[in-house]
Amino acid sequence: MVQEATNGGSEKSQLAITVEQLIAVNPYNPDILPDLENYVNEQVLSQTYNLDANLCLLRLYQFEPDRMSTPIVARILVKALMAMPAPDYSLCLFLIPDRVQIEEQFKTLNVLSHFLETARFRQFWDEAAKSRHIVEAVSGFEQAIRAYAVHVLSITYQKVPRTILAEAINIEGVSLDKFLEHQVSNNGWVVEKGQGKGQVITLPPTEFNHPELKKNTADSVPLEHITRIFPILG
Amino acid sequence: MAAPYEYEEGGYPQETDAVGYDPNFVPDSVKSFVVHLYRHIREKNVYEIHQMYETSFQTLSERMFKETPWPSVDAVAPYVDNDHVFCLLYREMWFRHLYARLSPTLRQRIDSWDNYCSLFQVVLHGVVNMQLPNQWLWDMVDEFVYQFQAFCQYRAKMKSKTAEEIALLRQYDQAWNVYGVLNFLQALVEKSTIIQILEREKEGLEEFTATDGYDYSGGSNVLKVLGYFSMIGLLRVHCLLGDYHTGLKCLRPIDITQQGVYTSVIGSHITTIYHYGFANLMLRRYVEAIHEFNKILLYIYKTKQYHQKSPQYEQILKKNEQMYALLAIALSLCPQVKLVEETVNSQLREKYGEKMARMLRYDEEASALYDELFSYACPKFITPSAPSFEEPLVNYNQDAYRLQLKMFLYEVKQQQLLAGVRSYLKVYSTISLGKLANYMDLDEPNLRAVLMTYKHKTHAVDSDGKIISNADVDFYIDEDMVRVVESKSAKKYGDYFLRQIVKLEGIMTDIDRIKLE
Repeated sequence: MVQEATNGGSEKSQLAITVEQLIAVNPYNPDILPDLENYVNEQVLSQTYNLDANLCLLRLYQFEPDRMSTPIVARILVKALMAMPAPDYSLCLFLIPDRVQIEEQFKTLNVLSHFLETARFRQFWDEAAKSRHIVEAVSGFEQAIRAYAVHVLSITYQKVPRTILAEAINIEGVSLDKFLEHQVSNNGWVVEKGQGKGQVITLPPTEFNHPELKKNTADSVPLEHITRIFPILG
Repeated sequence: MAAPYEYEEGGYPQETDAVGYDPNFVPDSVKSFVVHLYRHIREKNVYEIHQMYETSFQTLSERMFKETPWPSVDAVAPYVDNDHVFCLLYREMWFRHLYARLSPTLRQRIDSWDNYCSLFQVVLHGVVNMQLPNQWLWDMVDEFVYQFQAFCQYRAKMKSKTAEEIALLRQYDQAWNVYGVLNFLQALVEKSTIIQILEREKEGLEEFTATDGYDYSGGSNVLKVLGYFSMIGLLRVHCLLGDYHTGLKCLRPIDITQQGVYTSVIGSHITTIYHYGFANLMLRRYVEAIHEFNKILLYIYKTKQYHQKSPQYEQILKKNEQMYALLAIALSLCPQVKLVEETVNSQLREKYGEKMARMLRYDEEASALYDELFSYACPKFITPSAPSFEEPLVNYNQDAYRLQLKMFLYEVKQQQLLAGVRSYLKVYSTISLGKLANYMDLDEPNLRAVLMTYKHKTHAVDSDGKIISNADVDFYIDEDMVRVVESKSAKKYGDYFLRQIVKLEGIMTDIDRIKLE
């Protein structure tokens, strides 16, 4: 989801096009390793993301452990965290040997991932604040995590207390007012007075927080199946 | 790439050699076997080739080569006009038989690799005009990946290597090299243009599935079908490497919701679904995994009697058991039992009912059970890189498996409280957060986190980036109230009616044909 948002609109860079072509021609070619590394750095700077290219690089590292660059691996992992709720972080870890994962920077990232996976946002933001050097190196990090937090809130809540929202996205006071204002005018959020203490935010309805919106796909029949009886109908 | 063969000298280090095996002795039955097989291949008689390949080869192996290899290729070559391609095919079977019945030496492993290189190069250069049974072509790809996996396992056990073996490993570092393996599979996919063929077939411009991949207009099916099976080979190799996303991507040109050439060979059908299901399990797409495991297990249940005499029978049973274990895992993490057909469900209860009940609790014992089932049912993960030849030599054959296991158990641990949430959601339609927190012995912030974890873990992202719900019990929170949504069992009436309409039409056509005297 985050991926689409960042990849969409803007035009692809020359490097992105080149790397995608290289992978299409031969994904199992060790010679493209430096290009893939440069591409990771570009993704970090330009807020773009390409999971396939990054997995391709991790695979080449897996084949040739001597060529592995841990700073690059760390950047890939931060980008993968930013792609939540997609399981990209695990997909990357599956390819990173244990002896590398026990390095301090990866331990920290694993902790951050754990807090996000278990929706412990307060702990996440506290831990992230302690590891600024890792996460601030990648632009758009906070926005991406906020988008994930909003995603989890929206599939869980119809109405969420303001305090819970504030904690999940780590914004308070006037900044939160601004954030809410933006969401109200752009994304259909509604801010109301709650029963008793504080504000309550009504999140836009989806099939996950408003089950009655769920299309009963079981009742629909795909066109290909209908075509089977065309000769009979005709 | 190819190392010179050393058959002539007979100086082959044959550890596996049984006493009295003379590689140059060709019994009459073998003579007759190769002569006939060679003739049928030249005459493109797929039916006879299939008979000889599936039945005669097995019978002869069972009768005469139980503990020894078949006669060497050089000894049989004179009976088949020294035909280059036939000799490559013969050696491929020769090695396959050796791997299945004896334990190959390092030299033999290297020679088998060289034989695959020669064989695939011949196929890739398009000079093959044969028509071979799908079963045989599948076995080639399957065996190629198996021998690669076996080589990685073998190489990773460095401690027990002799100086001679280490010297050979260093000298032939290209043998079963991971790039080589992947590039052969990839080259077969590309050269065969199978992806385009399947695309064109969808538009009705080409026939592939309808003819089971065979070419009835005089051409060869070898490259096309090898290319097709190589996509499944790639899925498997990527799963062995722990790269589930890429594995599934390689399989995407094959529509597994439909019958296809992959279902024409039981081994290929099972391998496809086993790896597809496993990859989806690791990606937390539990419903998808359950769905496919259910279908194939039901299929095996109904058809296994027809495979009793097949050389693949044992393998079928083994994968069957492993998939029940994977289904038990998937259903423990995502208890959507209604997706499972009754026969499969009763088999599952019989095998794992008691364990599954214990897996629902989260404690040390449950974790040990997840560990046990995963370890039993997972693919044989490999470390693809070459070993360090520096002293001290270390074994690293367990590293890849341990990493995947650790990651999986970590996921299970993150979901440890969800079974508790489930049990309460099942008995309430509305419950306040305070009350639920009390029941679950959690404080409110922790409960909110657990509920959001439940939502996150039960809502996976599919290959198109869309959110899909795997939730058996669903709910939403309205300020401080949890409202539970009853899940209605969805029956597919549409499909049922369509099938009945077609059936009725058939009956009416039949009735029309009857002329009353």
